Amino acid sequence: MPVDRIDELGGRPEPEQTLHVNRNRALRRFLRHRLAILGTVTIAVLVIACAIGPYITPFDHLFIDIRSRFQPPVSGAHVFGTDEMGRDLLSRLMMAGRVSLTIGFAAMMLSTIFGTLVGAVAGYYGRKTGAVLMRFVDAVLCFPNIFLLLTLAAFIQPSLMTITIIIAATSWMEVARVVEGQLRSLRERDFAVAAEMIGAPNSHIMFKELLPNAVAPIVVAATLTVARAILMESYISFLGYGIQPPEPSWGNMLNNAQQYLNSAPWLAIFPGLMITLAVTSFNFLGDGLRDALDPRLEV
Amino acid sequence: MAGSAQPAAIGETVLKVADLCVTFRTPAGPIEVPRGVSFTVRRGETLALVGESGSGKSVTSLAVMRLTPKPPRCHVRGQVLLRDDAGGTRDLLSLSDEQMRRVRGNDISMIFQEPMTSLNPVHTVGAQIAEAIHFHRNVGPRAARERALALLELVGISEPRKRLDSYPHHLSGGMRQRVMIAMALACDPKVLIADEPTTALDVTVQAQILALLKELQQRTGMGIIFITHNLGVVAEIADRVMVMYAGRIVEQADVGPLFARPMMPYTAGLLRSVPRVDLAGAGRPVLETIGGNVPDPLRMPPGCAFHPRCRHHRPGRCDTAVPALEDAGGDHLLRCARWREIAEAAS
Amino acid sequence: MTVVQTGTPLLTAEGVSKWFFLGNTLFRRGRQDVVRAVDGVSFDIRRGEVLGLVGESGSGKSTVGRTILRLNEPTAGSIRFDGHELAGLTRRQLRPLRPRMQLIFQDPFSSLNPRMTVGRIIDTPITIHAPETSRAARRERVAELLHLVGLSPRYAERYPHEFSGGQRQRIGIARALVMNPDFLVADEPVSALDVSIQAQVVNLLLEIREKLGLTMLFISHDLAVVGCVSDRIAVMYLGRIVELAPTRSLFLDPRHPYTEALFSAEPIPNPAIRRDRILLKGEIPSPVNPPSGCVFRTRCPYALPDCAKVVPPLTEVAPGHAKACIRDDLDLRPSQHA
Repeated sequence: MPVDRIDELGGRPEPEQTLHVNRNRALRRFLRHRLAILGTVTIAVLVIACAIGPYITPFDHLFIDIRSRFQPPVSGAHVFGTDEMGRDLLSRLMMAGRVSLTIGFAAMMLSTIFGTLVGAVAGYYGRKTGAVLMRFVDAVLCFPNIFLLLTLAAFIQPSLMTITIIIAATSWMEVARVVEGQLRSLRERDFAVAAEMIGAPNSHIMFKELLPNAVAPIVVAATLTVARAILMESYISFLGYGIQPPEPSWGNMLNNAQQYLNSAPWLAIFPGLMITLAVTSFNFLGDGLRDALDPRLEV
Repeated sequence: MAGSAQPAAIGETVLKVADLCVTFRTPAGPIEVPRGVSFTVRRGETLALVGESGSGKSVTSLAVMRLTPKPPRCHVRGQVLLRDDAGGTRDLLSLSDEQMRRVRGNDISMIFQEPMTSLNPVHTVGAQIAEAIHFHRNVGPRAARERALALLELVGISEPRKRLDSYPHHLSGGMRQRVMIAMALACDPKVLIADEPTTALDVTVQAQILALLKELQQRTGMGIIFITHNLGVVAEIADRVMVMYAGRIVEQADVGPLFARPMMPYTAGLLRSVPRVDLAGAGRPVLETIGGNVPDPLRMPPGCAFHPRCRHHRPGRCDTAVPALEDAGGDHLLRCARWREIAEAAS
Repeated sequence: MTVVQTGTPLLTAEGVSKWFFLGNTLFRRGRQDVVRAVDGVSFDIRRGEVLGLVGESGSGKSTVGRTILRLNEPTAGSIRFDGHELAGLTRRQLRPLRPRMQLIFQDPFSSLNPRMTVGRIIDTPITIHAPETSRAARRERVAELLHLVGLSPRYAERYPHEFSGGQRQRIGIARALVMNPDFLVADEPVSALDVSIQAQVVNLLLEIREKLGLTMLFISHDLAVVGCVSDRIAVMYLGRIVELAPTRSLFLDPRHPYTEALFSAEPIPNPAIRRDRILLKGEIPSPVNPPSGCVFRTRCPYALPDCAKVVPPLTEVAPGHAKACIRDDLDLRPSQHA
């Protein structure tokens, strides 16, 4: 029978190699993105510094030393200087970084999971369910985020957990929209029909067949959500509704530094720099991932 | 049109392509398709370029039009000689981009498989044709519009005056292809490249478009390069046929001899594997097949690219050197190391 | 020449219609456009038979295929599959019947999930309908199917993008066969493939049908392909069946002007045959606003004023040969007309 011979004849390339090439291609595209590399490295440095830094520095971030108030950076034992109570700024920045990054990642996880669920259900079922859910998403999006945040924050006792939840509650819509759009178009693909044809339950089609194909845009949206969550935490803390002193966060450190802007500018510059650094790095990483994972760029 | 009553006799050569090679740089390695393709198109002649995916038929036409990506992603070598009105020839590959823009749409035009992507959805059909005329000919807007109207009439669009103000999405697929043809013919090109122009159309509409192209060729004497994978369409429209496989010409002959006595095993196999409407229905014939798959351009088989799928292949002969393109007599060119033996065995 | 089997019908469609209502969403209501994709189609498919369904784009042939598989809910009509009425069943009620009827897709690229291995694609139906099956048994079944469709069992671990169009189509066929279906709908299974690959896949389908005793609905726009595969052929135009006949009878003695025009338009790969073409005017009208009476009359070279009055019913004119045309006086050209 001729059919048996067919795949042996004039076969395709060694598949292992093809696969290798394809994975490499996304990686290579990512590596070509200089800013994304820079962002990744910065994030790694930040995370490591904030995670292990506080154990290494000789200064406690809460230790008050009235004698060495307002020490400028690189002038003595305190590399980044001290604040108005003589607390070591570097230690405070690293502890604040823990808070900011934790909130960033946790809020990202929460909002990604919730947004993916809402988006998946809306995109998969479409019609009325989808329309109602997505109009709800639009309504939440229309609401001025910062006011919603502040209102919620004013009523709820601020803590790491509550602030994370509040931020997640205002940032899941982006992911929901991305996932909805993806699932709506994937739903029409023939492999989704094929799954329907074998009598697969909805949950199987949604989560096992379709969602894995939407991972790339979800990852990109999630990365950008981290950046936004860090920024939001800074807003709330800056306005005094977030992490409460003496526990430091980049936002409340900035708030605190306002009074000393003239006399001790480093108190504002360093936390401001950290926020900028972290947010830009995540944005660069997101852009890099977007370019690397975009299948339309496949040759 | 200028030469509306001219006879359609096949005349002098208007386009000569010599040793055309196109190399694409890809992350996985260079791909060379086509690899040394030469052919001529004469006045009033239709040359059909037949091949499957990856054969290089479309790239060949894009390279002739200088529409391949710019270096370093893609390099084009060889010669594309176009006869100009004075009787001289110019090599399109050596023209500047600006000069080439003048040639495109003026001396050589192209129509594509999917007309919707080549028409701009935000402009009316009339405006788009008029713009093409205005770009190449120094005429005023009114004259250009009149010419556009005449062209729409020429390509058989009903109510042409009304259609001038339609947008592309108001037209059906067949209508759009007619509009594309009208645009392509706006400046009486010497050569029309038609890249799978009927593939996206229904058979009844395909028949209309083929008839239209033949009629227009009769009237204008343009040479046509007709790219297709459909052998039925080739038999219908071509004077001469060029079969491509994996970037090379494997057989080239006049349409009659090619279909009557295909000599390259690939062409022969292809012809036998196509279901025919005039033979179908008389029971269920088991179609002959060509085994295997079209080769991957990154991993071309050594020697004759078709040998892994060829039932006539002999180890040591077919898989070592690329066979030369030989003339089997009567301008019937083919690329097969064993064609004499195969022909003998068959007779 | 295969003798047309006169078995009992496995599937019977009676007056099946599928209309799509456009421009109606939750927040926007108004005048609706109705696309009559399929409008009152009746046919049956006998056990072991291949019924060809041929038509141009917009004829509704694919919608027929998807509606009888209940991927769509029919707007009207009844679909009986082996004694079960399919119209009106819910997804859940359909689930036990799903393994018995399968679909083969046109596009070999979109029909396989790019994130799953070939083995996973083929064995997913087993994990859904027979979750108790052991891993080894599933692997064995996958290997068996890959072999059946002419692929190496080694391919089970690979991903769809590593394969060519023809190979992917084979994988799609393997997936359709994994649950031992009785009935297959092949929706343009070869039209996206290279010419030299088409014949391979057509032959594979025929061989499998023979081996497994399948019943098939073979949908295509290409009369020549349908003619090679089918025992009987239904010709569709704008949502209706205009002619239904045994293959031989249709090709030698077409009774509907549209069938004749299709034969005439089909290019024949033989330059020695130069025919007078019957060139139809215009293109297939919009199914939103179909012509009154006979839907083909606007392009029909033989149309009479009466054609606009009533929809001609599909009536038998010879044993097993039915047409929907009021003119009985036509002498139409067969496919072999040279």
